[in-house]
Amino acid sequence: MSGPPIYATTPQRIWYYGFRVLCGVIFFFLIAPILIIIPLSFNAENFFTFTPEMLRFDPEGYSLKHYRDFFTNPDWQQALWNSVRIAPAATLLAVTLGTLAAIGLSQPHVPYRRAIMAILISPMIVPLIISAAGMYFFYSRIGLQGTYVGVVLAHAALGIPFVIITVTATLVGFDRSLTRASASLGADPVTTFFKVQMPLILPGVISGGLFAFITSFDEVVVVIFVGSANQQTLPWQMFTGLREQISPTILAVATILVAISILLLMTVELLRRRSERLRGMSPG
Amino acid sequence: MALDAGNRKTDFVVFDRVQKSYDGETLVVKDLNLDIAQGEFLTMLGPSGSGKTTCLMMLAGFETATHGDIRLDGKPINNIPPHKRGIGMVFQNYALFPHMTVEENLAFPLEVRKIGKDEREAKVRRALDMVQMADFGGRRPAQLSGGQQQRIALARALVFEPELVLMDEPLGALDKQLRERMQFEITRLAHEIGITVVYVTHDQTEALTMSDRVAVFNDGKIQQLAEPDVLYEKPENSFVAQFIGENNTLQGTVQDIDGKVATVRLDDGEIIDCTPVNVSQPGERTQVSIRPERVEYNRERLSPDAHTIHAEVLEFIYMGDIFRTRLRVAGNEDFVIKTRNAPDQRRLQRGEKIEIGWLPEDCRALDA
Repeated sequence: MSGPPIYATTPQRIWYYGFRVLCGVIFFFLIAPILIIIPLSFNAENFFTFTPEMLRFDPEGYSLKHYRDFFTNPDWQQALWNSVRIAPAATLLAVTLGTLAAIGLSQPHVPYRRAIMAILISPMIVPLIISAAGMYFFYSRIGLQGTYVGVVLAHAALGIPFVIITVTATLVGFDRSLTRASASLGADPVTTFFKVQMPLILPGVISGGLFAFITSFDEVVVVIFVGSANQQTLPWQMFTGLREQISPTILAVATILVAISILLLMTVELLRRRSERLRGMSPG
Repeated sequence: MALDAGNRKTDFVVFDRVQKSYDGETLVVKDLNLDIAQGEFLTMLGPSGSGKTTCLMMLAGFETATHGDIRLDGKPINNIPPHKRGIGMVFQNYALFPHMTVEENLAFPLEVRKIGKDEREAKVRRALDMVQMADFGGRRPAQLSGGQQQRIALARALVFEPELVLMDEPLGALDKQLRERMQFEITRLAHEIGITVVYVTHDQTEALTMSDRVAVFNDGKIQQLAEPDVLYEKPENSFVAQFIGENNTLQGTVQDIDGKVATVRLDDGEIIDCTPVNVSQPGERTQVSIRPERVEYNRERLSPDAHTIHAEVLEFIYMGDIFRTRLRVAGNEDFVIKTRNAPDQRRLQRGEKIEIGWLPEDCRALDA
């Protein structure tokens, strides 16, 4: 960073520095609300604000009591358990169906591919509350409302668009002569898929899976409509906690979720880089 | 099943009245009949869009014939999926699996055939030796040069010992020198192992130097199927004459046909002798075709009764081993002759008026 080039005119200089300030401000507005909850979650009092002790960095002002509450309170534990049961199942379903859909829709001979694609990714575009209301009425009719399967299906439907989009993007760079080569070498279509195509589109599948997981793990609107008390997930519990108990425990939970998100993102990025490296520069 | 002198099947691969249409209206391949013998190196040569690649893809099983039968070793294969045909294939962009090492690429066809580990390793090693790539087994395709990738693609197509190998413009992406070396290596390997090869290219030099027979495709049809020398020296129609090698053409009308010699009056009134190929009676329009290296301007080297015609030198290009001279002949300003740079060869001057002639059998009267 050495400043604007010496031949820059005054407006260019103003823009050069103005642009950096703008970027900083945007960054601040995105990150600050997340960062601020981390110290607050160690609050020794049941307040959502910094106490004078905390501002003085007095050890008395800090404690782990909200974390203790989270790990001992049966309501939170049940919610955590529900989230852990629902998100991976919904992710698995979304990844499987989304990958298959992306591969199918990338075949040039499929009729109405654009229309089908638009329908499949519509949960991403339609306001969540509308999807949720629709699912509520539909699932009630067929007896899925208030069941574990119902919530998993609903979350999978929300996750599928992410998988379709990321996998379709990787398929654009996929050399179709590789599947032909595989067939000419004697591999049936299933073997070809798992041995040749899947390893090469894996980065897209992993990224899509991550998005699907986060979608399900963070989701609160649909689960309130489709789920029942037995499917109360972490975000739902946080929502309830905010309205009814006003306990800073949700700050502790939020901090834990942020940590999980960062860890997940890092793991997935490492995985993705590894398989990107394995796939090498594709020839041609 | 017919056998040749060497006890090989002459109809190992058969295209029997095969047609192909993508849209149900226009035929990309029109009524193709072709027998390929066992152990033969056959090249399908033609411009892009001539149907040659479609034919190869139908043989490989990636396209289905709209009409007609394709038979491999006597069995119709129209309804057999590609992975059960047991045909090796080399692709234009090599199509090596980028996430596998060279060895894993080669082992892939053996693994799907459930061949045991020891035998698999032995075969992979033998295949790598065959293409002189024994030291590269642990590398990934991205770490190899184009020529090396091509060798691996070749080894992979051969490692499971198919009887038939298809090659779809495999040398298209290589530079000239490497291409020439690989041409030689592919033909050597094919003859050593005794496999049947169907090779697709649009490069006529490649077709001539590598093949036992060449099928020239145009407009969805085989224009001529012949050995390379026959194709070059005795083209059967003006497309083949134009497509293979350099060629001079003159327009004229047949005056007389007397057995093996036809007399043609060119459009500017001059008379030449030719071999009638696909003209049958006087009065027909014809396109006369003659190779640049078969034109003679040294009067003593022509037979005394040969017809000669007038020409004017427009350009003389010194190319080292040969001289290339552009002439105006019977109104055609692109008439080219090539002469060897021999000590006794006279160099023509621009603007010089000369007489040129040729043997009647080198000059072919084709369709107009």
